[in-house]
Amino acid sequence: MREAATTRYTLSVLVEDTPGVLARVAALFSRRGFNIESLAVGPTEVAGISRMTVVVAMDRASLDQVIAQLDKLINVLTIEVLTRDASVERELLLVKVLADATIRSTILEIVTLFRVKVIDVGVDSIIIEATGSTDKLAALLRVLEPYGIAELVQSGVVAMARGARRMIDSAP
Amino acid sequence: MSEHITGAQSLIRSLEAAGVDVVFGIPGGAILPAYDPLMDSRQVRHILVRHEQAAGHAAEGYAAATGRVGVCMATSGPGATNLVTPIADAHMDSVPMVAITGQVPSHAIGTDAFQEADIRGITMPITKHNFLITDAAEIPHAIAAAFHLAGTGRPGPVLVDISKDALTAATTFHWPDRIHLPGYRLPGAPDPASLAAAARLIVDSRRPVLYVGGGVIRAEAHTELRRLADLTGIPVVTTLMARGAFPDSHPQHLGMPGMHGSVAAVGALQSADLLIAVGTRFDDRVTGRLDTFAPDAQVVHLDIDPAEIGKNREVAVGVAGDARLSLTGLAAALVTEHAAGRTGDYAAWWRSLDSWRTTYPVGYDHPSDGTLSPQFVIETLGRIAGPEAIYAAGVGQHQMWAAQFIRYEHPRTWLNSGGLGTMGYAVPAAMGAKVGRPDATVWAVDGDGCFQMTNQELATCAINDIPIKVALINNSSLGMVRQWQTLFYNERYSQTDLHSHRFPDFVTLAAAYGCHGLRCDSPDEVAATIDKAMSLDDAPVVVDFVVHKDAMVWPMVAAGTSNSDIKVARDLAPDWDRED
Repeated sequence: MREAATTRYTLSVLVEDTPGVLARVAALFSRRGFNIESLAVGPTEVAGISRMTVVVAMDRASLDQVIAQLDKLINVLTIEVLTRDASVERELLLVKVLADATIRSTILEIVTLFRVKVIDVGVDSIIIEATGSTDKLAALLRVLEPYGIAELVQSGVVAMARGARRMIDSAP
Repeated sequence: MSEHITGAQSLIRSLEAAGVDVVFGIPGGAILPAYDPLMDSRQVRHILVRHEQAAGHAAEGYAAATGRVGVCMATSGPGATNLVTPIADAHMDSVPMVAITGQVPSHAIGTDAFQEADIRGITMPITKHNFLITDAAEIPHAIAAAFHLAGTGRPGPVLVDISKDALTAATTFHWPDRIHLPGYRLPGAPDPASLAAAARLIVDSRRPVLYVGGGVIRAEAHTELRRLADLTGIPVVTTLMARGAFPDSHPQHLGMPGMHGSVAAVGALQSADLLIAVGTRFDDRVTGRLDTFAPDAQVVHLDIDPAEIGKNREVAVGVAGDARLSLTGLAAALVTEHAAGRTGDYAAWWRSLDSWRTTYPVGYDHPSDGTLSPQFVIETLGRIAGPEAIYAAGVGQHQMWAAQFIRYEHPRTWLNSGGLGTMGYAVPAAMGAKVGRPDATVWAVDGDGCFQMTNQELATCAINDIPIKVALINNSSLGMVRQWQTLFYNERYSQTDLHSHRFPDFVTLAAAYGCHGLRCDSPDEVAATIDKAMSLDDAPVVVDFVVHKDAMVWPMVAAGTSNSDIKVARDLAPDWDRED
């Protein structure tokens, strides 16, 4: 039944900020076998309401099922599928590169080219902070790779629809 | 209104305000504060069961028989975990139930305290919703919300876990005027355009089938279903969960579909060009191998739960909404179609269906050695106890035979564990049904394997004047598992012989529990024994029907195969093209 081509979808989900809500959402994805590429949770402009940004890769019928199942969770207030054109997405990356004095200037050149930031410099390492789309961050990592990536940490994707409309206004 | 009371008193007042008349449960440390004010309640009767699993199944039986929310109560830790099976059962079968559990004091939560279990975490995937309450002030709203969630929309179990300190704290009682559940939305009126599209598909179809599930019973939509069937002349199949949703005596009823369905019902689904699925979820025991299920059919799916529409099978038209409203709307749309001169012509379809029905009725053979046929016992029970009685089955062969050979005429007269398949359901569910419907005759149709999982509740029944009757279909084995070993494991009977023709002596066991115990092992005595059991109303009755152990459930669609490969007996497939 589920053999159609998979697409990457970004869901924005407003939830009541109650204990266990993240567990409920995560358990739902796990139990139903829905694959999460990325999940980010944080507060919104309204106290007591959190926003989850969930990125999934699946066919349209499975996406409909994910939305319908999420909607059944009592603490889920509203769900929107964000389209690429009508929304913006960002991800945050911190990456530690092993860089002593001999290659430091090369790394700084890359930092400038990608318009990212150095936030810590040590004797033989640099920590770079980068925000951007998943593609941009992947490109940065590809370029840094040959110099030796010591550690990296990446947030999930956060996304927001363009325009004046507020998602919270369509929440019950 | 603002007098100071304890959280426990607030809980009991909340249960009273929610209209609760009976709670099945067992006290223990963490829930103990609640049991003190419960003793003084004039409205809430508490039935002390012998195992928490039975409290849960009794609440389910009560709910399934009455349509009201069933309530069970247990303490923290093992008390709560013993409720997990019936909660999962209620979740699978959409049974409205509220489970209340005590929890260790809030300061001890997370410390692995004595009798601590994270029952909220454990039951997250098997409840419609659950709450952990550590503030006494939140008790009334949580109880009000729990009953609202359990009983509305697609019904289901809701658990309220309350810490001991919340039960002992001072609070005031305020029953909420409105329930704050902003993320809980019930489907509105069914979409008229979709219903019109469905009506058009129906009149254009040549081989339609009404595929009816348990949702029709939960929604009390049997009258509306009957009207739609009468209006259209479309054949009806009722799933295991829907037995009784449509009268077995109705000429359009083809019986039960699925793994042990009738040839006519299974064949109708496989040959249909349109399924009108109502309150049903395309369960694998109905569809068989999904990609070969009803291969030529378009699907109209009416369901209260939008997530069921298109979950397993793509639909042409999906209508989210209450079955009663959807069926009423669909009938109205069909009247419009009929008025415009468009009616379905199903004459040729009925010729095929009637042929299958007459050629392959669901039947059985009597054993040649004069021993008792289990099907004969169940068929005779249904004939004598009649369609006004309530029947609760366990899980296995006896369950399938009770679904096949008892004639159901009314909703809420057939209770069983369909989705989870919980052995041990029958006795406590029958107990709950009898408490909810004290004037009805309630029979548990149970197997010797199932019965030994929960028969301790006979004591509860005897002590609390709950005179259920148990037809024990004693084939001395785990019959359905044995049947699979016969068919798929070269008759190697690994661990399915229970020796229950030797031990225990069920007649003596019944007597030990304060029940009447009868035994029957001959076909000639079946009717008289059932008559005798029917006449005994001063205590529960257990009838040990000593039956032949080689009887098998037919027809059968082997697991993972196509419905089209149904067998009416071992190695015997129906001849679909036959027309008399």
